[in-house]
Amino acid sequence: MAKIVGGITTSHIPAIGNAIAKGLQDEPYWKPFFDGYPPVHDWLDRVQPDVAVVVYNDHGLNFFLDKIPTFAVGAAAEYQNEDEGWGLKPLPPFPGDPELSWHVIESLVRDEFDITMCQEMKVDHGFVVPMSLLWTGRGKKPIRAIPVEVNTVQHPLPSPARCYKLGQAIGKAVASWPDDCKVVVIGTGGLSHQLDGTRAGFINKEFDLMCMERIVSDPESLAHMSIHDLIREAGAQGAEFIQWLVMRGALGGQVRKIHSNYHIPISNTASGLLLLENAA
Amino acid sequence: MSAVAEKHEEQDIPGTVMFDGHQSMKGYALNKMCYSFNQAENREEFKRDEDAYCRKYGLNEQQREAIRKRNVLDLIEAGGNIYYLAKFAGILGLGVQDIGAQQTGMSLEEFNAKLEAAGK
Repeated sequence: MAKIVGGITTSHIPAIGNAIAKGLQDEPYWKPFFDGYPPVHDWLDRVQPDVAVVVYNDHGLNFFLDKIPTFAVGAAAEYQNEDEGWGLKPLPPFPGDPELSWHVIESLVRDEFDITMCQEMKVDHGFVVPMSLLWTGRGKKPIRAIPVEVNTVQHPLPSPARCYKLGQAIGKAVASWPDDCKVVVIGTGGLSHQLDGTRAGFINKEFDLMCMERIVSDPESLAHMSIHDLIREAGAQGAEFIQWLVMRGALGGQVRKIHSNYHIPISNTASGLLLLENAA
Repeated sequence: MSAVAEKHEEQDIPGTVMFDGHQSMKGYALNKMCYSFNQAENREEFKRDEDAYCRKYGLNEQQREAIRKRNVLDLIEAGGNIYYLAKFAGILGLGVQDIGAQQTGMSLEEFNAKLEAAGK
């Protein structure tokens, strides 16, 4: 039987990919951020997940405004990273798990999540930076990925409640897969940040820390927020927190926090890292 | 006031433009041009003759002027979405702190200090 072994949340800021490419991890600016990750690496090395469900948002690499799916699930044998226009060097392709992808897709649609199915899907920094942070260059066998893409570009965005329920449906889908398989769910993006408008540079530490606490103990209270509430409190791009709620929904009821880190700023953003396991 | 306008009024967050259907229709040509900057050959074509490239994508006068001025707030006002505009900023060698400073009327140092201060 497939099993969700844990959930991880991490920022996916492009500057992180740049810092990894240039080997800046020990620079004073970067150290407090990268120092958060070794406990997560240790956990990954110990638990050895086979598959990562990576919940992220595309920033205009795979999807343009001509067609924006609210939720899209990858079903490809591999996922290509490409030039996003501002100089981050594309990484080699990431292996997929098409059989489990199709199982998840069938289960989601049966549960009335009418997602878009993608047999080709270019993955941008939203997906690639978390993969690099967690796995690239650590000499482990490559993990198989199932990208789950959430619209955070074109309003109306899916509500926090809907994202939490999508996560629950993903959890149910994984649990009904007959093969033995350890699955980790990654919620990417956030925390508070705003790139555009005269409020650019907005960061809300108090709100972020509340979210990092409640996503462990009381995620439903966060799922009750509106997108408008979230943007007011977390900034225009802080809406990416809905991807954390997908992760949390997939984990189910009681969870245990194994590790966390919070640091301001990385680029224009407050970065949050969490490692959660289902409570025994 | 129409129901839609009323809704926009009550949802207004200071300093924040929601990229909704109205903005997206307004900015479609501009964002489509910026989306094309994912390809290096398109970035080169733009650099060779910026205005010709803007016209090829059907940008209106307001959008072409905002591109000429490299003015991010004007580009947003003209319907630009920040994720696509970031690709334009990339051509100019500007990062998100540079465009943050420009939009808030701060120097880069002041903007970076504001980000640092948020962590205190």
